[in-house]
Amino acid sequence: MVSRASAVRVGLVFPELLGTYGDRGNAVVLVERCRRRGIDAELVEVAAGAPIPDSLDVYLLGGGEDDSQVMAAAGMRESSAAIERAQHSGAVILAVCAGFQLLGHRYEARGGEQLDGLGLVDMTTAAGPSRLIGEVVVEPDPSLRIPTLSGFENHGGRTRLGPDEHPLGRVLAGGGNGVGGVDGVLRERIIGTYLHGPVLPRNPALADLLLTWVLGRDLEPVDDRLPDELRSLRVAAATATGWRARVRDFKLNRG
Amino acid sequence: MTTARARIALAAGRAAGWASRATGRGAGTQVSGRVMLGIDPQLLSEVVGTRRVALVSATNGKTTTTRLLAEAVRAGGASVATNHTGANMPAGIAAALAREPGAEIAIVEVDERWLAKVIDPLGAELLVLGNLTRDQLDRMGEVSAIAEQWREVCSTHPDVRVVANASDPHVVWAAEPANPTWIALGAPWRGDAATCPRCAALLTWSADRFDCPRCGFAQPDTPHRLDPDALVLGGERIPLHLSLPGSWNRMNAALALATAVLHFKVPIGRAVAGISGVDVISGRFSTRRLPDGREARVLLAKNPAGWTEVLRWLAGRDAGVVLAVNAHLADGRDPSWLWDVPYELLRGVPVAASGERALDVAVRLDYAGVECFVEPDPLVAAARLPGAVDIIASYTQFTHLTKRSW
Repeated sequence: MVSRASAVRVGLVFPELLGTYGDRGNAVVLVERCRRRGIDAELVEVAAGAPIPDSLDVYLLGGGEDDSQVMAAAGMRESSAAIERAQHSGAVILAVCAGFQLLGHRYEARGGEQLDGLGLVDMTTAAGPSRLIGEVVVEPDPSLRIPTLSGFENHGGRTRLGPDEHPLGRVLAGGGNGVGGVDGVLRERIIGTYLHGPVLPRNPALADLLLTWVLGRDLEPVDDRLPDELRSLRVAAATATGWRARVRDFKLNRG
Repeated sequence: MTTARARIALAAGRAAGWASRATGRGAGTQVSGRVMLGIDPQLLSEVVGTRRVALVSATNGKTTTTRLLAEAVRAGGASVATNHTGANMPAGIAAALAREPGAEIAIVEVDERWLAKVIDPLGAELLVLGNLTRDQLDRMGEVSAIAEQWREVCSTHPDVRVVANASDPHVVWAAEPANPTWIALGAPWRGDAATCPRCAALLTWSADRFDCPRCGFAQPDTPHRLDPDALVLGGERIPLHLSLPGSWNRMNAALALATAVLHFKVPIGRAVAGISGVDVISGRFSTRRLPDGREARVLLAKNPAGWTEVLRWLAGRDAGVVLAVNAHLADGRDPSWLWDVPYELLRGVPVAASGERALDVAVRLDYAGVECFVEPDPLVAAARLPGAVDIIASYTQFTHLTKRSW
């Protein structure tokens, strides 16, 4: 996109349904990082049950419980034409966990029921034998030129990407998609991931990557000392081995 | 009467819990419960004997509600055994009941996930169900799964009476099969109740009730409710004057009083007198003195619903605030809930980000437009803040603060 007259519209899709794991934080971070650079931005909440508009610049889909995911899937399928229109005119999608699963053709709900997703990405999600819960570290695709990603996952899905799809990155610690040692999906202007934390507060470079896609230009740096320190700490904790890992587990499991 | 086997089981369980903590394998409560019940599977039913038993459970407020209910029932003249320290799994319950073998009535706080497992051994006659919201998703699982467990308990125990919060959709779904005594406590936190527990459609909320437009699931009508200025039981309005702070404690008190009056038949005047002087609950809300002589109040907040209530209360006070957050097993290992709490309410207040996850807190506050400094030790942080100080702590920070010397 070229220079823009209007504010960056950051859409938080169905926060009542897809907001179980703090993913609202992704919207707060995108808006605030625009404002700190003098770029006008607004947070647009798309209430569950309302049609999703085609006029947003960023569509944020978060994680949710099973019943909520079913409701969210129904609402998104009703608005799938609007989402596709927005995507064709340059909008960006960040989809996390349940929201990520909804990007694919199908996902398996509790009880084994197969439900349709949006079909934006060639992928399907099956219910795994166990929940993947814990810190995750992902080495992102080198083309993105952003540092190692940190997050927290909590899901039972096993997501299989189609042969032409690319993952967001390689899993260094944790489960991610649970298939093939990778996490998420990377498409032009679409990122899917299992990383909560939420993912953008922990990984400011990923937040800025989405904003450069929206704005079509590089962004001046902002003071990221706090989030950088947090990210390094979480990555170090998650990838610790030997006695460091034992100390970490001792502390985590203490009552 | 406690048998020799039961005494051995209690001692062995405590030893196993200690060993578990000392070797860093776990929090100790689960393993000690398993050891106790492994040695003596009838332990709970033996220590409870023939006493009348009421079980209290909820995501938030169960320790406070249990304590207030115990005080109200005591005020009615009965002797009461209770696990007042918040040890709410089988080990803690068994130990608490064994300590007070003579008491006629047992008022027992139970962890949400343990309700189904302890109801039969304890032979409970009453369940008191407060609220179900998101809490420690990595450990507890999702809210609806706990509601389903409770519903199964209520469906399979037709003889057990239930007092339940009519304003919480998950609790209504869980308690409905038992035809409970409902009390409408209000729903300040609706973040975890967007969809109908019966049919998954979106619920509609008005000022004081919820309805499902698709299947008709709705807030039950009841003559018992909590108004802003009074508790209403049947036709009677009872003004509530509590020593405990915050609107959330009014909800806990209303549930405890309704249970004491409607189930245990305690005269309302006595019940109110019994609870109105309670000001510290297992260290919660206690005021401690910092080394420099200033006072600091310690509050526990465990999840988005609890934090939001505490912040609303803090916003009206003129005090510095320490936010002390850990992410151990007992806190929930995922602190992403920080992003669901409206910390924006603290703008302009002197704030310290503290605890082992001080940086997670600091990043959250930075994006909320709240200035803070980072100091992992909450007491050092409190000393650096001016004036009166409130320390809001997650579970393991809180238990550490109530045990360490200041």
